[in-house]
Amino acid sequence: MIRVVLPYHLRTLAGVDGEVQLDAGRAATLGSTLDALEARHPVLRGTLRDRTTLHRRPFVRFYACKEDLSNEQPDVLLPDAVASGAEPLFIVGAMAGG
Amino acid sequence: MPWRSLSPRGLRKGSFIDFHLGALRGSIADAMSRVRILVGTKKGAFILTSDGKREQWEISGPHFAGWEIYHLKGSPAEPDRIYASQTSGWFGQVIQRSLDGGSTWEAVGNDFSYEGNPGTHKWYDGTQHPWEFKRVWHLEPSPADPETVYAGVEDAALFKSSDGGQTWQEFRGLRDAKSQLWQPGAGGMGLHTILLDPKHPQRIFVAISAAGVFRTDDGGGTWKVANRGLKSPYELPDPDAEVGHCVHRIAMHPSRPDVLYMQKHWDVMRTENGGESWQEVSGNLPSDFGFPIEVHTHEPETIYVVPIKSDSEHFPPDGKLRVYRSRAGGNDWEALTKGLPQKDCYVNVLRDAMSVDALEPCGIYFGTTGGQVYGSADDGDTWTAIVRDLPAVLSIEAQTLP
Repeated sequence: MIRVVLPYHLRTLAGVDGEVQLDAGRAATLGSTLDALEARHPVLRGTLRDRTTLHRRPFVRFYACKEDLSNEQPDVLLPDAVASGAEPLFIVGAMAGG
Repeated sequence: MPWRSLSPRGLRKGSFIDFHLGALRGSIADAMSRVRILVGTKKGAFILTSDGKREQWEISGPHFAGWEIYHLKGSPAEPDRIYASQTSGWFGQVIQRSLDGGSTWEAVGNDFSYEGNPGTHKWYDGTQHPWEFKRVWHLEPSPADPETVYAGVEDAALFKSSDGGQTWQEFRGLRDAKSQLWQPGAGGMGLHTILLDPKHPQRIFVAISAAGVFRTDDGGGTWKVANRGLKSPYELPDPDAEVGHCVHRIAMHPSRPDVLYMQKHWDVMRTENGGESWQEVSGNLPSDFGFPIEVHTHEPETIYVVPIKSDSEHFPPDGKLRVYRSRAGGNDWEALTKGLPQKDCYVNVLRDAMSVDALEPCGIYFGTTGGQVYGSADDGDTWTAIVRDLPAVLSIEAQTLP
């Protein structure tokens, strides 16, 4: 089980309260976790990644276990602590003004 | 009788007759009507409602708090159905739909994929730049079918949904109209105006910054450039260029769809022939720079603009917020100032932030970048601030409800 923490605006958009809990399979990668998240909440399609290229949107960040996974490839395995559910995957809106 | 119980066809006829009988519409009927104003802002949507007197307003919101709401518009065929463009620099584009007048919302489709390879357009440095979808600037519901809605987007393109916003298809033929020469202005290359011709259902006008006006006569398959007569000596190397003009807004009265009015970057313009040629009608305006332009509901020759000092200084001349009205379709303008700040006012009024209701006398509304929404219930003669401290207003749409 993987725990995902969404930023405030996407919790509101997806209508979730607290963390999202996903089963991303045995070898959970960043990409498969985002796939599972979008399958659970289709309204999030296009808000984290480009709908066609699946590239991360510029002001979205992926953090876990005090590491920045934002620029990792989609097939990177998530840390064991995230894959086991001990630690969450944080999806964050980058600091920006306006 | 609620509008929803009428067939779309019957409703379309009814609302069309309304324009011709405007002067005869009784104050009794108007007193029973309601007005709903949909306000899109930099940080959410607000909905202002009043009875037909338009004196007491209730304000709901923020809806979609914290998101940029570029535009909301109700379906003329089913006024409690409202479409909204919700967007964010972080999280991209969402389209929201309400079926109950804005009380509850559901997210619908946000897949705005260009048809085929959209190619390139002119970039700021003169090179060619790939087309990239960024956001929806304007939503235009069909007057007849509540499930049909058009979307004007950045990078400039026109999309249509026939299933209530679930799926979107691009009119790729628009990009055949010299799109390699279109270029973004400072605000981005957006398609911001969509005018559906009520007399010729296959005819649509769109306007793009900075490209100009385009017209289709075959329902969107093929498009022609409709910029003849526009002159942009300060913005373009060739003032008479076929495309590249920074058109800010165009407006039409539904009883006379061959006559269009335009607020260009500089110049207020008019066409008598569906955009075949344009003439300047700036006349005695203190500045002919501005963003919105609107037509009176019952008087096709009465139009409104808000002069702004210049492209370098986006605020009213002399710190005085003045709406200008022409009752002659342009050239001869009068300042409307009662109730508007006449000193120390340095707000802007954006292109989609002015709208009229369908009551008698005509109500007219506009929102400012300072967060005020001003309304007039007497053709613009006098104004009051309905609300003063919203986030910067991006768009205003007035709905008249039975």
